[in-house]
Order: sequence, then structure tokens, then C-alpha cells
Amino acid sequence: MDRPSPNFHPGLIGSAPQAPAPPKTGVGIIKRRRGTGVYVTWLVAPSTIWLILFLIVPLLSIIVFSFWQINDQNVMVPNFTLVNYAEYFHTEGFFDPSSDKFLTLSSNILTLWTTLRLTMEVMVICLLLAYPIAYFLAMQVKAFKWQLALFLMCMVPFWTSYLIRTVAWVPMLGRRGLVNKFLLWIGIVEKPLGFLLYSEFSLTLALVQLYVVLCIGPIFFSLAKIDNSILEAARDMGAKPYQIFREIILPLSLPGVAIGMIFIWVMIMGEFATAGLVGGGKMALVGNSIIDLMGTGQYPPASSIALMLMLTMMIGVFIILKLVDIRKQL
Amino acid sequence: MARWTAERKKKAWIKTLFSGYYILFIIFIFGPMFAMFVLSFQGRLAGTNFPMRSYGFYWWKKLIEPSVVGDMQGALLRSIILALIVMVITAVFSTMLGMAFRKKFVGSGLLFYMIMSGIMVPGILISLGLAMVLKVLGITPTWWFSALGVHVIWTLPFGFLIMMAVFNRFDHSLEEAARDMGASEWTVFKEVTLPLILPGVVAAGLFGFTLSYDEFARTTQVAGEFNTLPLDIYASFTQRIRPTIFALGTGSTIFSIMLIGLFVLVYTLIFRRK
Repeated sequence: MDRPSPNFHPGLIGSAPQAPAPPKTGVGIIKRRRGTGVYVTWLVAPSTIWLILFLIVPLLSIIVFSFWQINDQNVMVPNFTLVNYAEYFHTEGFFDPSSDKFLTLSSNILTLWTTLRLTMEVMVICLLLAYPIAYFLAMQVKAFKWQLALFLMCMVPFWTSYLIRTVAWVPMLGRRGLVNKFLLWIGIVEKPLGFLLYSEFSLTLALVQLYVVLCIGPIFFSLAKIDNSILEAARDMGAKPYQIFREIILPLSLPGVAIGMIFIWVMIMGEFATAGLVGGGKMALVGNSIIDLMGTGQYPPASSIALMLMLTMMIGVFIILKLVDIRKQL
Repeated sequence: MARWTAERKKKAWIKTLFSGYYILFIIFIFGPMFAMFVLSFQGRLAGTNFPMRSYGFYWWKKLIEPSVVGDMQGALLRSIILALIVMVITAVFSTMLGMAFRKKFVGSGLLFYMIMSGIMVPGILISLGLAMVLKVLGITPTWWFSALGVHVIWTLPFGFLIMMAVFNRFDHSLEEAARDMGASEWTVFKEVTLPLILPGVVAAGLFGFTLSYDEFARTTQVAGEFNTLPLDIYASFTQRIRPTIFALGTGSTIFSIMLIGLFVLVYTLIFRRK
């Protein structure tokens, strides 16, 4: 009973194994076709309008407003200027050998690079942490009930406040925090470590903890979809466990890995709150630049930064999609 | 026979190893929250670190008293009302979309990607864009209009995915049978489709509730004069970290976990009825 059938499917997302379609009678088909057009329009119209108003228009407006300017009264005026972009790439004293900024990239580009580097670090750590969990849930836990329970356990943090989970790191990592107390107690360090909180370390750790669950889901689903009979066949033909993993399991789970990567990629590129709360403001991320500029009403420069961020993100997603074909997953 | 037992032993050993890793992972995810939970139960004399200097409910009481933490109660109320509206809209929209997406239609691919961008586009960008549009149009952002708008953009893809999964496993011949017996489209939906997909609809709605209740990034620029709870929490974090925040964090987390409990309960009840 506890061994899933070859057709087993956890069935949370994705297509269930389809039963052979029942033969359709001509009457049914004609009947359905008649009403379909109008009926579907009404079904999708409210959501489509909502999406246009609150998603498409705001995103397009970022492109438009990045070419606008603000006047002396701090009001946005229509224009078509590349000033915001010039500002984006501009460094004072770039061509001046006596300046200390000689041949330094603009601060916006450096911020983008910092964000990019941090995102990639977090992404790699998340994948390394999440894959074994997903593998354990999908391959080693056999009973469906347990599989679901342990999976949901991992997902619980996703339903709790992201801010509170971030701040919860403060009493853990501070100079007098739990981790330092523990390290002192077992005698690894003599003085409390200062770099644990308000540093790149704490920022990376908090981001990993916040977003790692997003990797587990997709990888778990793609692993759970793998047909048991393929693994059995490989085993019968004498494949070693690591061969089965490398030749069958890993390639088949790549779509899930790619989706997890895309999740982490887009979420962390737009991150800003954590940088202040546990990063101590030491690392400025692109999101922080946008928020700062918006605070002073500098919308057009904020838009140009946002647009550059969007472009970088799209390039990243494009590269991930080029490397892995995720359509198998959908 | 000997080889078989050796193999079995190895398998059991690997499983134990994975289980141990799973437990460590769970500690990593929940550990910090647990420390915060313990630290919230301190007396008046308190710090933001261990060891605890005194024990009690002082900071919990402070949380309930007005004036101390600003308009926390108002923010909580607004967040709950907003989450309830988002819940209903998410459930209704996802169901409608799920029904429409059972068949390909003109523009279905485009619409699919539009819905999914709700997850894929960082909240800060949507918030920035909408804030600028409202500014140019001279509309004042409010939590029940602009914040509601972006919240649904965030929750809809999740509800939609749930409904897609539900309709994937749906037996269309039941509807077909009802139709053949002369039921109108509305009757088919009310009497046949809805009862069967109800667990999915409830799941989509509750997902919408929790996601909206905790939403922060999208709301930052478009909530207007009155904050939602996460915005208020963020504002209090940026001042100074005090044990009130631990009490608040614990309270909020317990609330979220109770919601998940409710979700599981409702789900099993509806499921069992069948």
C-alpha cells in the first residue's frame, strides 16, 4: 500500500496522469462550441482588465517615465531625454587620471554588480541546500501522507511574515546573540565575532533562509514526476545508484531546478528591506537606490534604474531558459 | 543473502542521513523564529538578547495598549479587511480563469504569461510604476484601491496555478452528462462543477489571504496615508529593535500558523464530505 504505483503523482501542481479520453458524442461537441467564445471572454475579462491596470500599465510607465524629467517644482514633466540614462552611467572624473574615480564604473553599475553577485551567491547556496531536501521528500519518503506533511512543514515559513523572519536573525547573530554565545561556550572563539550581524554574511544568511523554500517546491515536483519504472529498469540493468542519479534523476529534475533559479533570481534582484534590517545598510542593493530616489520624489532617475534592473533580470531569465527547457515541467 | 542485507543496511543508513539533514534544515528555517518567540516572554526588565533577565507578559501587554506602538491596531484591522477582500477576489478570479483555461483560446498563451508575471516581477517595480502613474494622474493612493490592486496581482498567479491543477484532474464527463440532461450552463456550474472544485477554490482564497496579509514590497509606495500591518512593522523596525517587536512577531506568526491550521481543517472537512 505504501509503495506508489508507477502512475503515482502527488498531484499538487502539474498534470495528473490522464485517463483515456471518453469518446465524445457529436452532440456534446457542437453544444460546447456554440457558447464557447462569448463565455470565455466573460470569464477572462475581469482578470485581464485588472492585470492591465495594475501590472502592465505600471511596468510600461516605468519605461515611459525614465525618459521624463522633473522640473524645479519637483513635478514630473513629459519629455524625451536621455539625461537619466547619462546620469546612470556617468562617473565624475572617469577620464581624469588625477581623480580617485579614474576609470571607475558609475555607482549605479557598481550597485547593480553587487546585487548581481549577492543574488548569485544566494542562488547557489539555496540550490545546494534545497536539492537534498527535495530529493529526500520525493525519493526517500514513500508514504504520500508523510510526503505532504514534511513538504508543508518546509512551506510554513512562506506563509508567515517575511519581515519578522528577517528580524528574528537579530537576536541570533548579534555580538551577544545566541550564535556567539554558543561559539564562546564550546570555545571555538575567545571574543564574540562582530561580523555575524549587519554584514554581507548576515544578509546572505537571511536571504538564504527567506528564499530557500522557493527552490524546494519546483525541484520536489519535478522529482516526484519521475516515473518509478524508469529507475527500476535502470536498476535491473545494473546501474549503480550514482549512475542512476547522474544519468536519469538529475537531468529530469533540471526543469524544477531552473524554475527555482528563476524564482530566486527575480526575488533577490528586487530585494531591499533585508539590506537595511540585517545588512545594516553596508551593502546597497538596486532596490535600495530605487527606494531612496523615490523618497525624494526623483521618479525619472528611479525609473531608469528600475528599467536597467528589469533588463538585467530578463537577460538572466533568458539565459536560464536557454540552458534548460522548462516546458517539460509546465 | 548477505549482499542483500548489506545493501539494505546501506539504504537505511542513507535514509537516516537524509532525515538528519531534513531536521537540521527545519531547525535552520524555524530556529530564529523560535528564539524570538522565547524572548517575547520577558518582564519589564528586558533585553533583545539571551539570557533572559526576567519573565512575564509585559511586552505582550504593551502591544495591546494603544499609543505605544502607534496605530498598530488600526493597521492590523486594515490588513485583515484588505486580506479578506483579496481572498474573495483571488478565489473568484482564479476559478473563472481556471474554467476558461480548460481549452485554448485566442491569447491564452499571452494571458498565461501576464498572470505569471505577477510572481516574476519584483514588487518594488510594480509599486514604483503604479505610484508614478497615480501621481501623474493626480489620484491619491489608498490601501483599499491601489494596494488592493497590486495585492491581487501578487496572489492571482498562486490561485490560478491551484485552479489549473484542480481542473487538470477534473472529470469533464460529469458536466457533459448534466448538460445532456438539459441543465443550463449556470446550473451545471452551481450543481456539478462548483461542489467538485470547492476545495481548490477555498485553497486559492486562503492562499490569497495569507499572501496579502504578509505582503510588503508591493505595498510600500501605494498604501497611501494609512499603513497596512507589514508597513507598520517595518517602520517600527527601522527605529529600534525592542522586545515589543518580538511579541508582535510571535503574535503575527501564531496568527499565520493558525490560518494554515484553519486551512488544513477546512480542506480535510470538505474533502472528507465527498
